[in-house]
Amino acid sequence: MKNLKFLALFFTATLFLTSCSSDDDNEPINEEEVITTVNVALTGGSTPITLTFRQLDESAAPTIIVSGDFDPNTTYTGSITVLNELENPADNITLEIEEEDDEHQFFYQVGAGLNISNLTYLDFDGNGNPLGLRFSFDTGEASSGNFTITLRHEPNKDASGVSDGQIANAGGETDIEVTFPLVIQ
Amino acid sequence: MRIILILFFISFLSYSQNCNETLTGSVVDFHDGSPLSGAVLIVAGIEKFAQTDLDGNFSIENLCEGTYTLQVSHPECDTKAIQFSIPYNGTLSIRLEHHLEELDQVTVKGSAAIDYVATQLENRIEKDEIDNLSYASLGDALKTLSGVSSLNTGSTVVKPVIQGLHSSRVLIMNNGVRMQDQEWGVEHAPNVDLNTAGSISVIKGASALQYGGDAVGGIVLVEPQRIIRKDSLFGNTVLTGSTNGRGGTLTTSITKTKESGWYGTLQGTLKRFGDFETPDYVLSNTGMFEKAASFRFGLNKFTYGFEGYYSFFNSETGILRASHLGNAQDLFSALNSDTPLVINDFTYSIENPKQEVSHHLAKAKFFKRISNFGKLEMQYDFQFNNRLEFDIRRGGRGDKAAVDLELTTHTFSTDLSYDANSKFKANGGLLFRYQNNFANPETGVRRLIPDYDKYDLGIYALGKYVLNDQWTLEGGFRYDYNHLDANKFYRKSLWESRGYDIDFPEIIVEDFGTQLLTNPTFDFHNFSGTLGFSYAISEDYELLSNYSLATRAPNPSELFSEGLHHSAARIEIGDLRFNQEVAHKVSIALSKTTGKFRFTVNPFLNSINDFLLIEPSGVEQTIRGNFQVWEYKQTDAYLLGFDLDAKINLTEQFDYSTKFSFVKGYDREENKPLISIPPANLSNVVQYKNERLNNLKLGLESNYVFRQNEFPDTNFEVFLPISETTEIFDLSTPPDAYHLINLNADADFKVFGETDLSLGLTVNNLLNTSYRDYLNRLRFFADDLGRNIVLRLKINY
Repeated sequence: MKNLKFLALFFTATLFLTSCSSDDDNEPINEEEVITTVNVALTGGSTPITLTFRQLDESAAPTIIVSGDFDPNTTYTGSITVLNELENPADNITLEIEEEDDEHQFFYQVGAGLNISNLTYLDFDGNGNPLGLRFSFDTGEASSGNFTITLRHEPNKDASGVSDGQIANAGGETDIEVTFPLVIQ
Repeated sequence: MRIILILFFISFLSYSQNCNETLTGSVVDFHDGSPLSGAVLIVAGIEKFAQTDLDGNFSIENLCEGTYTLQVSHPECDTKAIQFSIPYNGTLSIRLEHHLEELDQVTVKGSAAIDYVATQLENRIEKDEIDNLSYASLGDALKTLSGVSSLNTGSTVVKPVIQGLHSSRVLIMNNGVRMQDQEWGVEHAPNVDLNTAGSISVIKGASALQYGGDAVGGIVLVEPQRIIRKDSLFGNTVLTGSTNGRGGTLTTSITKTKESGWYGTLQGTLKRFGDFETPDYVLSNTGMFEKAASFRFGLNKFTYGFEGYYSFFNSETGILRASHLGNAQDLFSALNSDTPLVINDFTYSIENPKQEVSHHLAKAKFFKRISNFGKLEMQYDFQFNNRLEFDIRRGGRGDKAAVDLELTTHTFSTDLSYDANSKFKANGGLLFRYQNNFANPETGVRRLIPDYDKYDLGIYALGKYVLNDQWTLEGGFRYDYNHLDANKFYRKSLWESRGYDIDFPEIIVEDFGTQLLTNPTFDFHNFSGTLGFSYAISEDYELLSNYSLATRAPNPSELFSEGLHHSAARIEIGDLRFNQEVAHKVSIALSKTTGKFRFTVNPFLNSINDFLLIEPSGVEQTIRGNFQVWEYKQTDAYLLGFDLDAKINLTEQFDYSTKFSFVKGYDREENKPLISIPPANLSNVVQYKNERLNNLKLGLESNYVFRQNEFPDTNFEVFLPISETTEIFDLSTPPDAYHLINLNADADFKVFGETDLSLGLTVNNLLNTSYRDYLNRLRFFADDLGRNIVLRLKINY
């Protein structure tokens, strides 16, 4: 009988331990770190140009908008805004990137055929290494091609060429990789 | 009053002067009532004794009237004391606990193992070997058996693969409790501390139906140390130190047993390693910290008993830093680099990405032996598994888990066995299980596995019939019912692209804009069975043959996956329409069990209908770049192969043993090899043993792992915008064959009293060979481990 009592006690104890299970939570989770939108505002030409890459749902095709053509032989200054529009109001991830500027760096790749040169970083982290939320470039003669913007998290900014904007040795993880078809005319 | 008492006493005394009484009776086996001859009966205090004849009968003459204690002993039984009074009416029937070795928890160390199944091969690892491997994981230990390989994520996340199959297809029983530790994930290792085991067995098939009907691959049985009913206090401590990982293990256990049947065991393990190393570089962020403890107590009377058991397991495991990838571009860079892209100095600290897993297991078991019938067992067990995965995250979220899953399981099971007939044995039972999965929404990452409730009901019956000295037949069936009720959020685009909007519009509960809350429910009826025989060809040779039918319902990962799997840099998609996979396995084992040369050869064929597998289906463009998409699908497949074990005693001191495993897996619908099938593996060991020289053992092992030449082409092409090129990603070509030499040395020393000290040295990968293993998921990023020297110190007291 003593054994049975002991057994009963054990059962009760385990039931107590388990009965405080968590409440089911039927709210959708909006991913906090998701980047849905990259906006690039470019000024310096006859009209300001906006590049937009928006994807609210990762399994759907993204929306890519280039608001206009670039003027030839002009210096443009660009400013990148990164948003999570699944939040309401939209979460401005640009601020997180600025805060962790030593852990982030943007890279820009000019595709074949596109006459863009002299890509220059206009902002830097505390160590004097480039960040790239703001940048500038010069357009050349009329042409067209792809322009790719990459954001790397935890890159090796000291690796060879990385502070000059070369991505090859940067390492780290890609947080953003978006391509825009640009036209200069 | 006093006078009456005195009178009574006097009359009693005078009455007891009658000393012509005779006691007759018989001594029989408790289980089947068979007579026991040669049992010795002693009447305490009066020096009278008797012995049972061939029919188990005895008689003791010239007994005076009164009450006596009779001591009954038999060479194969526990001694029993019985009170009786003379005169005794009728004959005294005494039941003794016979054939000790067959009973639960009373086996003497080193004696024959209990067969869980009679007609399917069972391989076993004994306590000594477990102690030698105390620094390793359960998966590493199982790998020492032929036909068992492992699916690794680095060197610390090790999943057992039995004859080519793993994860949900391998059932792990930990002290009689089926592990519910999110075993579906390929990077989820079993949450079992190897050091809690007294022995580990592997059954390479589904024939042990009492444990489940879905063991398409096989069953791993982790059994605690057996308890002997005597007054004793003993313990064991093992301390190891390893050069690779610059860490070690401390494990200790202490057990108290009483002749009355009470027992208790306390056990604990600590395991700590820093970054492991290949011959050429540090594998950054591969350290681990494991803590485990268990407590077991109970009463083990002959006719009844109970056991309470609680174990806690916690492990924190770093995942190779260089395997964390952002997108296809990152994967391409990693694949094309000979060394990992992140190599830091050695450290003990474990950073993100990492896993932190806790597992609580509690059980209460009760048994009662029924005379002339068998045994009834009842068990309740409870498990709580919490899995945290930490990722490299932005905005200081690294401290917040990206995956936080809580899996709670309650199981009630009962088993009734019949063993009263020496020729026929049977058991049957019932199981009820309730399971709840809770995905913590605090992670800020979409739920990988949805919240669900699951109810299981199982019923089984097994029988074994010994036809004669040569033939034993075995058969059984099992039915399982699973009901799964989930709350799953789907992104609308995926909901539509999978065609769920057409097939399952009724399960939508609520529309949240970009996401839909749905309530998928499933009912699965699973049938499984087994049929087999064992045939003793001669004194030396034995043949086992078994057919088993296993039915496995799809797991939550196969049903619900839809999202990015970071460590693989791929998107994985499951399907709600999956049904069960059904496996038919035939295995034969021919063994020579005696003599200087012994061997076992075990060919098998496993034909699986609706086999669930994951394979690449396309590329998806996201804001983070391009990702390969892998989709689960069902196909018909077969696996065939054989395992070979052989041992020769060359001289008294030298023996040579060899193991060879070969398995081939084929997708019958698409006529191509299955992915991740272990390559052929050959191991040869020469061992020197000298019992007079401190029980010295020296072993040299050569382990040759062949290249897997049969693999599906899962290469894919992706356009990389940075270089504006389309590149081929070679994810299918297996690495080259490799050959490792391992060394082992052990010696025992008597220290004082009953304390034994044993010293051991193990060198793994003696030649510091660089290699990559096909079944290591991190082979794309880094080499496997370099030389590891392990010093082992074991104290038994």
